[in-house]
Amino acid sequence: MSTDAIDATPSRPPEDRGGHGAGLASLRQFAWGVISVSLFAGFWEFSWAMGWANPLLLPPPHLFLADIPQTLKYFDTSNRIGSSASGGGVMALLKTVGWTTMRVVLGLILGFIAGVGVGALIRYFAPARNLVLPLVTLLAPISPVAWLPVSIFLFGIGDVPAIFLVFIAIFFAIVLSTIGQIDGVPINYIHVARIMGASRFQTFWRVVLPAILPSLFMTLRLNLFAAWMVVLIAEAIGVGSGLGQIVAVARATFNAKLVFFTMAIIGLVGFLFDAALREIQRRMLWWISSSKTGASL
Amino acid sequence: MTPAVSCRAIGKIWRSERSSADVEALRGITFDVAPGEFVVLLGPSGCGKSSLLYMIAGLEQPTEGTLLAHGLPIGAPSADRGLIFQEASLFPWLTIAENVGFGLSVAGVGGEERRARVAEILRSVGLADMLDKKPDELSGGMRQRAAMARALAMRPSILMMDEPFAALDVQTRAKMQGFLLDVWQQSGASVLLVTHSIDEAIALADRVVVFTARPGKIKTIVPIDLPRPRPPRDPRHHALRDLFTDLLAAEVDNAFAQQESGAS
Repeated sequence: MSTDAIDATPSRPPEDRGGHGAGLASLRQFAWGVISVSLFAGFWEFSWAMGWANPLLLPPPHLFLADIPQTLKYFDTSNRIGSSASGGGVMALLKTVGWTTMRVVLGLILGFIAGVGVGALIRYFAPARNLVLPLVTLLAPISPVAWLPVSIFLFGIGDVPAIFLVFIAIFFAIVLSTIGQIDGVPINYIHVARIMGASRFQTFWRVVLPAILPSLFMTLRLNLFAAWMVVLIAEAIGVGSGLGQIVAVARATFNAKLVFFTMAIIGLVGFLFDAALREIQRRMLWWISSSKTGASL
Repeated sequence: MTPAVSCRAIGKIWRSERSSADVEALRGITFDVAPGEFVVLLGPSGCGKSSLLYMIAGLEQPTEGTLLAHGLPIGAPSADRGLIFQEASLFPWLTIAENVGFGLSVAGVGGEERRARVAEILRSVGLADMLDKKPDELSGGMRQRAAMARALAMRPSILMMDEPFAALDVQTRAKMQGFLLDVWQQSGASVLLVTHSIDEAIALADRVVVFTARPGKIKTIVPIDLPRPRPPRDPRHHALRDLFTDLLAAEVDNAFAQQESGAS
């Protein structure tokens, strides 16, 4: 019997990523983004023009973006505490952003790996569940900000307390998500692995982990903003460098232009960060859409 | 000759937290499957026929009785007793070739030999061009054939299928039945297939084991002695269809009544 005839049409057409339709749609989305930001900026400028907004306290965009070289003087190329701003410039700005980003990335990677590991231990080993789960459940609702003094007591001043705070911001969410997601793995995946003779470790590494990775990545993305918030707080108080420290200095010196300029940078970097994570997700975890909608149907 | 599968007075009770809510799924199941035989398990839904497959696969343990495969007690699951589910359950993060080669890779079969065996088995199920496709890009029928290929790659002597075609449309289903008969005849494996479709049982089986409603007991075993292929309009099917319809009617009523009372 010929098997070629058995419904050779795929159930859904392959996605046309980057096709004409997608290009036009993303262009339209970008245009709306520009309009949205412009409206907000326009309202702000209008308030300034009408004299409602005090330019010293709420300088509108054209003021805090006007003298960028002057503003950049406040950014420092060295990652040392207490070093006086030496020159500034675009490189200094990029370095400051780079240090902050490095702290976030390191904290996220460490928190993600440790979270998955601890979550799996809790889920699979009864002693770990009995000993660790109550503690995790108790500590999870504590805001990462509350950990700030602890992290300074433990690690002093420097990069480590900031990385630790990012770690805390992601770790508990990943632990709890891992425990939950493991239970949500389709039981037939586990059955197939068992029938094929996979050991417990092989079943986890080759079946359970890839099955839960897309959801864990979603958890990571959802907690990304929390991670960005705490790294700025940590930098303002416990590190002495980075974007958070610039904001703190700007507040202390009543430099409203610098405050809003740095806020704009923070928003932009956060946005790019989320876009980067989305891109990683699309390339490495391409089955996410199918596993959400039930690929086997 | 030693039977491929031997069920001796199998009983299964699903224990619940409250003993009053225990469910007796199967009672006193005794029958043999000869090597190379095609046996269909037919019964109303919820009669425990799928549970029987899971026990033969080694994924569940019977509460009573003895299960033998080739004369030896059934313990842990084994790739020699392949099981195919209603949904293909392919891993969405692997290509079709990687899915089919999963068992071989777990068993430590090396890259070159594994590739060759996967390519061969995919050719035999008509998916030679789909090696690098993702499960998501295949139709339901193709996915189910890939799942069959995954089981067949381990060269099982017993192939079990739990309503494998129930999720497919009618035309695909008929094609897949013909395809399954080809695979069965080529492989020489014993097949145990669970269905609630009378036509599917008539089209495929050497013998049909008819189950009662819960607790599932064997109501009767009907041999089907017609040559294959069996065209669906063959007049000789009428008598068989009437027979199975009568056998099942009472059981379906019982199952229905149970569900109604369970729901209230």
